Amino acid sequence: MCDQTFVAATFGPCECCTKPSPLINIYIKTEPINYCSFCVEVMACQGLQKGETLASLKRETETLKKKLEEERGKLNDVELHQVAEKAEAVGALSIKTKRVLKGHGNKVLCMDWCKDKRRMVSSSQDGKVIVWDAFTLNKEHGLSLPCTWVMACAYAPSGTAVACGGLDNKCSVVPLSLDKNENLAAKKKSVAMHTNYVSGCTFTNSDMQLLTSSGDGTCALWDVESGQLLQSFHGHTADVLSLDLAPSETGNTFVSGGSDKKANVWDMRSGQNIQSFESHESDINCVKYYPSGDAFASASDDSTCRFYDLRADREVAVYQKDSIIFGASTVDFSMSGRLLFAGYNDYTINVWDVLKGNRLSILFGHENRISRVRLSPDGTALCSASWDNTLRIWA
Amino acid sequence: MLPKGRDIIDWLIQKYNVSEEESLHVGGMLVKYGYIYPLKEPRSLVLRPDESPYRFQVSRSSPIQYVYLDTIYLAKKNIRKQGELMEYEKERYSVLHKRINHTWDFVVMQAREQLRASKQRRKADRIVLECQEQAYWLINRPPPGVHNVLDVGLERPNNFSARVTLVSGFIAFIYFLFVKYSEQYLNHDPIMQGCLPSNPWISDDTAHWTMNADMVPTPTRLRVERWSFSFMELLEDSMGRREFMTYLEKEFSAENLCFWQACEDVRHGESSRIVEKVEDIYKNFLAPGAARWVNIDSKTMDKTLEGIRHPHRFVMDDAQMHIYFLMKKDSYPRYLKSDLYKNMLAKAIVPQETKKSVFPFMRRQRHSSPSPAQAATQAEDGQAKGAGQADIDRIFVITEINRRTQLRCLS
Repeated sequence: MCDQTFVAATFGPCECCTKPSPLINIYIKTEPINYCSFCVEVMACQGLQKGETLASLKRETETLKKKLEEERGKLNDVELHQVAEKAEAVGALSIKTKRVLKGHGNKVLCMDWCKDKRRMVSSSQDGKVIVWDAFTLNKEHGLSLPCTWVMACAYAPSGTAVACGGLDNKCSVVPLSLDKNENLAAKKKSVAMHTNYVSGCTFTNSDMQLLTSSGDGTCALWDVESGQLLQSFHGHTADVLSLDLAPSETGNTFVSGGSDKKANVWDMRSGQNIQSFESHESDINCVKYYPSGDAFASASDDSTCRFYDLRADREVAVYQKDSIIFGASTVDFSMSGRLLFAGYNDYTINVWDVLKGNRLSILFGHENRISRVRLSPDGTALCSASWDNTLRIWA
Repeated sequence: MLPKGRDIIDWLIQKYNVSEEESLHVGGMLVKYGYIYPLKEPRSLVLRPDESPYRFQVSRSSPIQYVYLDTIYLAKKNIRKQGELMEYEKERYSVLHKRINHTWDFVVMQAREQLRASKQRRKADRIVLECQEQAYWLINRPPPGVHNVLDVGLERPNNFSARVTLVSGFIAFIYFLFVKYSEQYLNHDPIMQGCLPSNPWISDDTAHWTMNADMVPTPTRLRVERWSFSFMELLEDSMGRREFMTYLEKEFSAENLCFWQACEDVRHGESSRIVEKVEDIYKNFLAPGAARWVNIDSKTMDKTLEGIRHPHRFVMDDAQMHIYFLMKKDSYPRYLKSDLYKNMLAKAIVPQETKKSVFPFMRRQRHSSPSPAQAATQAEDGQAKGAGQADIDRIFVITEINRRTQLRCLS
């Protein structure tokens, strides 16, 4: 049927077969026609040639449309992997587990490295937050939060505090003290207050400001000292699941990804949504900037990871494979931005060649979903946190 | 396979349930306004109901791409004409400069690359492309006083294909930059290339961290090389920043870096100290006759002074950016050419690769390191709290001293 039909319902004699029945009032090129549903169908089929059905015509239209869109696509210039043909291939990677951090009693949901390149903080479903020296496997600090599902944790740039939050709808900052007798939880200070769970947090360039993302659909910037809300970021239409700060010169933007399948770039100063990318087919679980700050990657429940460039304002590559059918939960780049580490719900970490688009390696070892992967600050190791209660260091 | 005229007409008939006559009419309008264009006889803008091939025009470039394309075009013109742009072009250039300040390097690189590439084309092609580009911008950004001809529906298929060329080159250049970046940083990627003397996580030897600590007397060669990758790399490494400060002192422009650091402190520090810090900055750097007066253009200075009357976290942003780009464009390149930097590079150490242990089954002892938390507690005694840059430096000094003491005890 043509696009310009309007459907209403009345009762009366059909203008075609004269039988009284519920009528469909339609217009054919501004001519009003009141037929019963049977006669409407007959009329529609009269436009068909021999051997055709409405369904087959529709299919043909779709094929033509696709063909035309393909042609349009061809006009849209060169692909990243074509330009990358000139680049040298990545040599064989030998990445093995070098440490296994055991100590959490439940799913490890998040982790973050300290700037000293060897310490880290991790948080788990049972409310425990542990600070480790991952090199020696020593647990240096531990605290218990009253809530479960601590989904976000971050190490302060100075190394003297950590932030954590989750189902308590808050994000708190805890100063670290080496006094063994001190109860760290007593010094805990609530900074961020959301109206739903906190999914991600990060300090900005100092210990003084905290950026959070939440299931309430917003992100927010907080002053740690006073707990004051400095700026809030509205635009997502569903839970915000992840955020990352841009490593740019002027240090003023960050990217967030959410259940609305969108990745949004924000100006921290004005609260404005500068750019938005929507090409994933399901929730975006994680976003991470490329080292130069000009692009970022995302991991999604649609089992793909994607690469977006901010200057070209579009998706630049998709990392997917038929054999990967589980959602991707986390991504991070290697130091040069050539490798992309992605953790999946099928317990594996896949290593992708960012430029050429092919999968270089799979890392097996965890016995449950990967919740987080993070490269150490000097790029010497990758840490993965998993629902199997452990963290692994790979190098 | 390219859509043929006949395909397009049939598609329109199906989609809109119209007659052949109407479809030809609508299709013809699409061609006339450049949404579809013929590959054969491009000057004849009609939709032929036959096997003639057509192409769809690239959809409108996004506003952000448009800004970049516009800026790159003006940058090219600026370079070619050595600054002799028309007044309205100069104004637009400066507006765009502010808007995408943070990726200015990229714009200049693009512009230079396009100019270089065009020089290599045959003269005839070059002239055609230049005409196309010029015509495109004449239509899309008409000079003041010139009628905007787009309203009149001029048929200029050339301009649309110019846009295709522009966007195409723009995107390819971006991809090229990704390749360049990964090549430049390859040796700095331990997972891909390994690190010297060894990766601590693999060998259990922390020498790599020791050699790259903040307060080493002699840095590694890779580290010093990295300072030359970008101004941001130099400033982010505290040793690099100190070296640069030393250089600026020799040049009597150290106040620029001090000013920049003070502004960073305002931007990222405690809300409660903003007013106090802004006052300090004014006294030291901006007030007439200030001890370390910084040279900012009058427009930015006026705006900043106005803003200081009601200080907030971002009040110094414009001035800070101005000084940042001043250092980046002027002092930074000269520093890289200076003896100070060259000597640092020459005496920088290249660690020897540690061979794998003869007895691989014997694990080295893994030494612990002082926690940054402990260092902060020590620093706190008799000192006001606050994680300013000085405090962080102190933390790392103490950490380093502790660590060296430990090492000495263990050897």
